[in-house]
Amino acid sequence: MNKELLEEFATGVVRQALQSGASAAEAVVRQRTEFSVGVRLGEVETLEESADEGFGLRVLIDGRQASVSGSDLSPEAIASLVKQAIMLARATSPDDSAGLPDPDLLARVVPDLELYDLAVETLPTEEKIQLALRAEAAAREVSPKITNSDGGGFDTSTGVAVLANSLGFVGSYSGTTCSLTTVPVASDGEKMQRAYWYDVRRKLSELESPEEIGRVAAERALRKLGARPVETQSVPVVFEPTLARELLGDIFQAVSGESVFRKASFLVGQLGERVAVDSLTVVDDGQMPGKLGSRPFDSEGLPTRRTVVIRNGILENYLLNTYTGRKLGLKSTGNASRALVGAPGVGAGNMFIEPGTKSPEEIIKSLSKGFLVTELLGFGVNIVTGDYSRSASGIWIESGELTFPVQGVTVAGNLKEMLNSIETIGNDLDFRGSLASPTLLIGSMTVSA
Amino acid sequence: MTNDAIRFFFDRYGLTLANIDSLLSRALARGGDYADLYFEYRLSNSLGLEEEIIKSATKSIHQGVGVRVIVGEKTGYAYTDEITVESISRAAETASHIARTVGASRLEGVNVSARAHDLYPVDVPLSSVELDRKIELIKETNRVARSLDRRIREVQVSLADELKYVMIASSDGRFAGDVQPLSRIAATCIADDDGNLQVGRSGGGGRVGIDFFESVLPPDEVARLAANQAIIQLDAMDAPAGKMEVVLGPGWPGILLHEAVGHGLEADFNRKGVSAFSGLIGQRVASHLCTVVDDGTIPNRRGSLNIDDEGETTTRTVLIEDGILRGYMSDYLNSGLMKSQRTGNGRRESYKFMPMPRMTNTFMLAGQETKEDIIKSVKRGLYAVQFGGGQVDITSGEFAFTASEAYLIEDGKVTVPVKGATLRGNGPESLKNVTAVGNDLELDSGVGLCGKGGQSVPVGVGVPTLKISEMTVGGTQV
Repeated sequence: MNKELLEEFATGVVRQALQSGASAAEAVVRQRTEFSVGVRLGEVETLEESADEGFGLRVLIDGRQASVSGSDLSPEAIASLVKQAIMLARATSPDDSAGLPDPDLLARVVPDLELYDLAVETLPTEEKIQLALRAEAAAREVSPKITNSDGGGFDTSTGVAVLANSLGFVGSYSGTTCSLTTVPVASDGEKMQRAYWYDVRRKLSELESPEEIGRVAAERALRKLGARPVETQSVPVVFEPTLARELLGDIFQAVSGESVFRKASFLVGQLGERVAVDSLTVVDDGQMPGKLGSRPFDSEGLPTRRTVVIRNGILENYLLNTYTGRKLGLKSTGNASRALVGAPGVGAGNMFIEPGTKSPEEIIKSLSKGFLVTELLGFGVNIVTGDYSRSASGIWIESGELTFPVQGVTVAGNLKEMLNSIETIGNDLDFRGSLASPTLLIGSMTVSA
Repeated sequence: MTNDAIRFFFDRYGLTLANIDSLLSRALARGGDYADLYFEYRLSNSLGLEEEIIKSATKSIHQGVGVRVIVGEKTGYAYTDEITVESISRAAETASHIARTVGASRLEGVNVSARAHDLYPVDVPLSSVELDRKIELIKETNRVARSLDRRIREVQVSLADELKYVMIASSDGRFAGDVQPLSRIAATCIADDDGNLQVGRSGGGGRVGIDFFESVLPPDEVARLAANQAIIQLDAMDAPAGKMEVVLGPGWPGILLHEAVGHGLEADFNRKGVSAFSGLIGQRVASHLCTVVDDGTIPNRRGSLNIDDEGETTTRTVLIEDGILRGYMSDYLNSGLMKSQRTGNGRRESYKFMPMPRMTNTFMLAGQETKEDIIKSVKRGLYAVQFGGGQVDITSGEFAFTASEAYLIEDGKVTVPVKGATLRGNGPESLKNVTAVGNDLELDSGVGLCGKGGQSVPVGVGVPTLKISEMTVGGTQV
């Protein structure tokens, strides 16, 4: 189906829900074509290509809400699921805050945010294979100590997203993504170490070169060789951008309306208050042209926007959809996000930490002793209390220099204190995905061995 | 035809044995060593309670077919969500592009394979239970949790179930089907003591019917476990930092095995030589007290399957015997290339994914000691009884898993609760430090979900009470 037909289809599903007894309804349709090539040791290992589609429907009957989804778009399958949705909604309880958004807030235009790149969709298979092979080859050329590979790959997807609701909204947009990854294995004869490096973009021309991805991946694996633990102690900890973005992901969880209305966040009840150092500004922007987290409208049909979450250390906004906004007595920030089935949740657009002025090298030079974290394992982050404890690998810093690789330790602290002890923010912001952070220096954390 | 799942697909989509044969032959039209078709029809339901009301109810129906063609180490894969001969044929054509030669493939006509197991004969799967009965279960869980302590401020309960029909045909003549029920209840309690907020979680399930949730793991049990955990955390002190003796309670702490050795013993990583366990078969990787198995054949367990997602009958595989590494978990592709035993561990998240070696239920066999004696033998240590998730770097062997309920052991006695903290270790080393194995083996309650290569599958884990002489405890108290 083309976009017009898909929009008609979505509108038709909404109409059918109303005819079956719903007081309000909202339908999403997604259509996707995916390609993936996996390579290892210079050979193609896997080749995958597929197309799929699916729809989701949310119905409301006077505040009672239910939802259904399916991948069979035949009229019989739709009719049966619409009926089921109505039946399910009748079994749930009325919820004052549930419902479609205020009609005045719905998007009136669908801006072109440059989410689609024809070059991604039309790239010949042979060239896709070559990109994956070149990245792996580049990694293996860096050193004879790159002795093996856990492979790598190049993936593309092209998709259409459609949303229609019973307030008359209907809209759609297309998007592409492409990603390149390689995973070299280094060995010093005693122990092996792996690392991966990647890039993911909407536009092929913005993708980092396979040679650069291979080189960085190999260097990340090589620098882990000979890693050892250090003594248990409290030291300044530097988070590389790839790890700093995981911290930003934790901040997102804490400011997401879903955590906040449940009072399940260490940032509950602190709008307008200082929650971090002066230098920290966190922004969510769903409208940046060509970025992975951009969408013209959110999963409820509201325009996406730029929201300053933390400005100079002051918590200014939570990220909200209609439901969590109503629960908190606030307006949606256009951050509704949903899978095919289920009510909308909250999702970030492009969320980032504003860069500072110091380069990562200058940050490392500024430390007489410290720990540069380059990998983290485990899920020891408690958003309710802020308690933070994860296993880490990285490089030890002495007298402003990177010295030896570290493995076999944990880093621990509390997010509340970590946000208030950020000492330096790097100048190296780079969007490799929809969450992005420059290098961060945290004043003190417990390193445990 | 005696297989319920095969009959389901044939009746519903008008397929015949001849269709299956011709689709396999289409997949191998350009050559190749092997091809298979994976049909799936999945019905999923969920109910959610929060703020004392039934807030969500969902139903999903998804179906599709994945076609795979293997040539040596290469795999071509394509899927379609339309179960028609034309559409599957197009997917077969796409998957066949991996093979560049024409025609020398061996193709057996398929025959329905005999069933070796019937591990989850469920009278009434949750998907056919009336809504009211399911709603009562989660409402009761909420009522009990709130009644246990006035500091329980919020309770969330969910009940999710699915019924999955699979049908698998392969070019070596195999033709199998299975109907797989799966359900799970989960509760989260938030305790609030004057602004001190703490969370407790519990849950369980398996390939079981409604009776399980009314008798084996009833609402009051689910409620009590989640509420107690939240209340206990209110008084928890900061976790210590540094090396400590650690005692793991029975059951879900078996996630230690899943991370420390399980992933590292999946055949694909070992065929490629990228696992910290590569080349260690026959060598000591654990203390002599440790025997670890992966068993997909335990009735009604979450990680169990009658057949894996390649149609192979599941088995019990000894991974580590008395501390010596014995075997890997394997699938069709890796057992063929490694000339080793196929163990029925080829699994996939859905028809959208290629299968790969995955765990089923992974656990350590019971030893001799009582839990009381093990705790008594510890001068100062950590007693960890509940965990959140874990993660491993299979190449270096580094792994981490996070305790969500833990206590200090001082002079042989369990004393104060400590905050959750990550425990870390190294795969081939950590089990060498096992110094006592309890006689109280338990499998987890049925909540495990394992992620690998972007695919999630349900798994089980288990351990008896275990004592480990040294692990890094990632607390803040230096």
